[in-house]
Amino acid sequence: MSTIQSQTAQSDAAGPPVTGNPISRIWNNKEARSVIFQILTIVGLFAFLAYIGTNAVANLEKLGKTFSFDFLGVPASYDINQHLIDYTSQSTHARAALVGLLNTLLVAVCGVILASILGFIFGVLRLSHNWLINRIVYVFIEFTRNVPVLLHILLIHGLVIHSLPHPRQAISLWDEIFFTNRGFYIPKPDFQEAFMFTVIAFLIGIVGFIVFKRWAHKRQEETGHIYPVFWVGLAAIVGLPVLVYIVTGAPIEWETPKLGRFNLRGGMVMIPEFLALWLALSLYTSAFIAEIVRAGILSVSHGQWEASMALGMRRSRTLNLIIIPQALRVIVPPLTSQYLNLTKNSSLAIAIGYMDIVATLGGISLMQTGKEMETMMMVLAIYLVISLVISMFMNWYNRRIKLVER
Amino acid sequence: MASETTTQKYEPGTHPDMEPPVLTSGPVYWLKENLFGSITSTILTLLSIYLLYLIIPPLFDWAVLDATLNASSRSECQQAGDGACWAFIKDRYLLLIYGFYPIEERWRVDVSFILLLVAIAAVLWDAMPARRHFIKFTIAFPFVAAYLLLGGEWFGIPTGLEQVTTDQFGGIMLTVVIGITGISFSLPIGIVLALGRVGNLPVVRIVCVMFIEFIRGVPLITLLFVASTMLNYFLPPGTQFDLLLRVLIMVTLFASAYMAEVIRGGLQAIPKGQYEAADSMGLKYWQAMRLIILPQALKISIPGIVNTFIGLYKDTTLVVVIGLLDPLGIAKSSLADNRWQGLSNEMYIFIALFFFVCCFSMSRYSLYLEKKLHTGHKR
Repeated sequence: MSTIQSQTAQSDAAGPPVTGNPISRIWNNKEARSVIFQILTIVGLFAFLAYIGTNAVANLEKLGKTFSFDFLGVPASYDINQHLIDYTSQSTHARAALVGLLNTLLVAVCGVILASILGFIFGVLRLSHNWLINRIVYVFIEFTRNVPVLLHILLIHGLVIHSLPHPRQAISLWDEIFFTNRGFYIPKPDFQEAFMFTVIAFLIGIVGFIVFKRWAHKRQEETGHIYPVFWVGLAAIVGLPVLVYIVTGAPIEWETPKLGRFNLRGGMVMIPEFLALWLALSLYTSAFIAEIVRAGILSVSHGQWEASMALGMRRSRTLNLIIIPQALRVIVPPLTSQYLNLTKNSSLAIAIGYMDIVATLGGISLMQTGKEMETMMMVLAIYLVISLVISMFMNWYNRRIKLVER
Repeated sequence: MASETTTQKYEPGTHPDMEPPVLTSGPVYWLKENLFGSITSTILTLLSIYLLYLIIPPLFDWAVLDATLNASSRSECQQAGDGACWAFIKDRYLLLIYGFYPIEERWRVDVSFILLLVAIAAVLWDAMPARRHFIKFTIAFPFVAAYLLLGGEWFGIPTGLEQVTTDQFGGIMLTVVIGITGISFSLPIGIVLALGRVGNLPVVRIVCVMFIEFIRGVPLITLLFVASTMLNYFLPPGTQFDLLLRVLIMVTLFASAYMAEVIRGGLQAIPKGQYEAADSMGLKYWQAMRLIILPQALKISIPGIVNTFIGLYKDTTLVVVIGLLDPLGIAKSSLADNRWQGLSNEMYIFIALFFFVCCFSMSRYSLYLEKKLHTGHKR
C-alpha cells in the first residue's frame, strides 16, 4: 500500500510517464496535438487556396481572359421586362445588375409580407376547433410544402399564361382592374400637389398616436385606468388622412387602363412572371410559417391561459399581453430562416424569365461578356450581403423580444 | 321530479338501463361540437363548404369526368373533351421515368431501383430478417448502383456492361440519383462540420463556421451556376469534369451545411454533464462522441435531419436550370413538342404528385421514428 502511494507521488512529481520516443510523447499530449492539428488545417487550407488560385490564373491565361470589372461600364444591349428605375438596352451592365437587384428585392419584400400574413392566418386556422377548416388548412399545408417551390412557380405561371384570357377578352372588375394573360392591370395613381396635405396629416397622425400611447401607458401605470389605444390609433393614423383627403377634394387622379388595338394601355401592370413568382413563393413559404406559428402558440403552456383568465382578462387582452409575446420567442428564430429561404428562392425567377439579379448579372451579362468569375463572385457577394442584413435585423428583433432574465 | 328519480331505490340487479344523456355522443353532437360550436365557427364552416363547392366539383370534372386518356395530340384531346389531357402523360411517362437512358439498357435502372428498395428497407425496417447482413449490402449499394448505371470500363477493366454516359441520365431516375447521393453523403459531412463548429479547436471552428455560413447565405441556384460555369477554372488546365459529378458535389455540400446546423442544435441540447461523464469514464474524444454524445444528439435532431432530406429532395428540381434533364427538364422539352404544346398543367400536376408522395411519406416516417425513439418522459 505504501509502495503504491509512493509510486503515485513520484509520477505526480515527474508528470506523465515518460515512454517511447519524443514524437509519440508529443502526440499523446492533448494540447500539443490540438496545436499540431490546427497548424495542419491552416497549411492544408492555404495549400488548397494556392492550388485553385494558380489553376485559375493558368486557365484564364490559356483562354486569354483577364480578371477585371471593366465590363460593368459597357452597354448591356438587352431588354429587361420589368424595371423599377429607368433602363434601356443602351444602359450599362452595372445598371442592368442594379435593375436585377431591385427586382429581387421587390419580389422578396412583397413575398415576405404576403407569406407572413397568409402564414399567420393558416397557422391560427390550423388550431381552430372547427374540424372542417382545420382539415382544409392541413391538406393545403401538406400539399404546398411537399411539392418543390420551382413546380409551384411553373404551375402558377402556366395557369396565368394559359388559363387567363387574351387582353381583348380581359376579365375586368368595374372596368378598372383587368386580368389577362399578359398580366394584371390596375389604375395608376397620379398624385397632385394638394395630396401633400394628406401625407402631412398621415405623419401628424403617427406622431400623435405615439405621444398618446406613451401618455396612456404612463396614466395606466399611475391610475390603472385603461385607454382605448387601438381605436385612437386607428382614428389618428387612418381616419385623419382620409378626412383630409376628402376635404382637400380627393387630389389623386386615377389613370385607368384602356383597351388598345392589341393590348391594354395605361395603368400599372403586374407582369405574369412577377405575379407567378410572388404568389408561388408566398404560398410555399406561408405553409412553413403556418407550422411555425402553430408550434409557437402550442408551446405556450395552457396554465398561462388559465392564469390570465383567473386575473379576469378578456380573451383578446390575454392573447396580446400573455400568449403572443411568449409565442413570438419561439416563432422568430425559425421565421428568420424562412424569410432567408424566400429571398434565396426568389433566384428561381430565372426559370420563368423574371429578370432578377441571377438572370441579369449571372445570366445574360455573364453570357455576353464571358466573365464567369467576376459575375458569379458579384452575385454570391450580393446574396451574402442580403442574407447578412436580414439575419442582423431579425437578430435585433429577437433580442428585443427575448425573455429578460436576472 | 328530478329529485324523485335520484332518490329512487332499486333492489340489487333490478336497476333499469338508462338512456345516455342527450348530446354527449353521436353524429349530431359531433357536428354541433366540431362544426357549429359558436357563431364564428358556423360562419367558418359555411364558408369552407362554399369554398369546397367552388373547387372540388370543377376540379373533379376536369381531372376525371372530362379527361381524355387516349389521344395522340392536343387537338385530338380537345375534340374528345374539355378536361385534362392525360394522354400527354401516357405518351411521355417512360421518358419521365428514365430520361434518355438507352431503351435496351433500362433493365439496369429497374434492377438498381429494386436493390435501392432493399438497401433502404435494411435501414428503415428494424424487424427485417437478417438485417445485419443487409446493412452491409446497404453500405456497398452506392458502388453497385454506380456500376450498374454507368457500366463501361473502370480503370481500364471492362465491366461487361455497355457504357452509359451521365448526360443520358434523366427523369425521375436522375432525381433519385441526386437525392440519394446527397442524402447519404451530407449526413456524415454534416456531422463532421457540426463537431468542428462546437469543438474547441479555434482554427477548425472558424473554417467550419465560414464554410457553413457561406453555403447557407447563397441560393443553391448560384452554386449550381458556379458548378456549371466557374468550377472548371479551379481545376488544372485541360481537366474535363463530368457535369453530373460537379452537380452532385455541390448539392451534397449545400445539404451538408444545413445538416451541420441541425446537428449542432442537437449537440448543444445535450447537457454538459454528459460530456463530463464521458470524460470521467476516460473515454477518448471519438469514443465519447460515438458512444455517448452523437446517439443522443442525432436522436433529438431527427425531425430536422428528415426536413433537410426533404428539402434536398425537392431542391433536386433546380438542376433543370443548368440544363440537366430531371423530370422538369423532360417536361420542358415535352411541352416544346408541337403536338402537346400548352398542356403545362397536366404535366406539372403529375410531377407535383410524384414529389408529394415521396416527401409526404418521408415526413410520415420521421413522425413514426420520433415516436419510436422517444425514450424520455412523455408529458
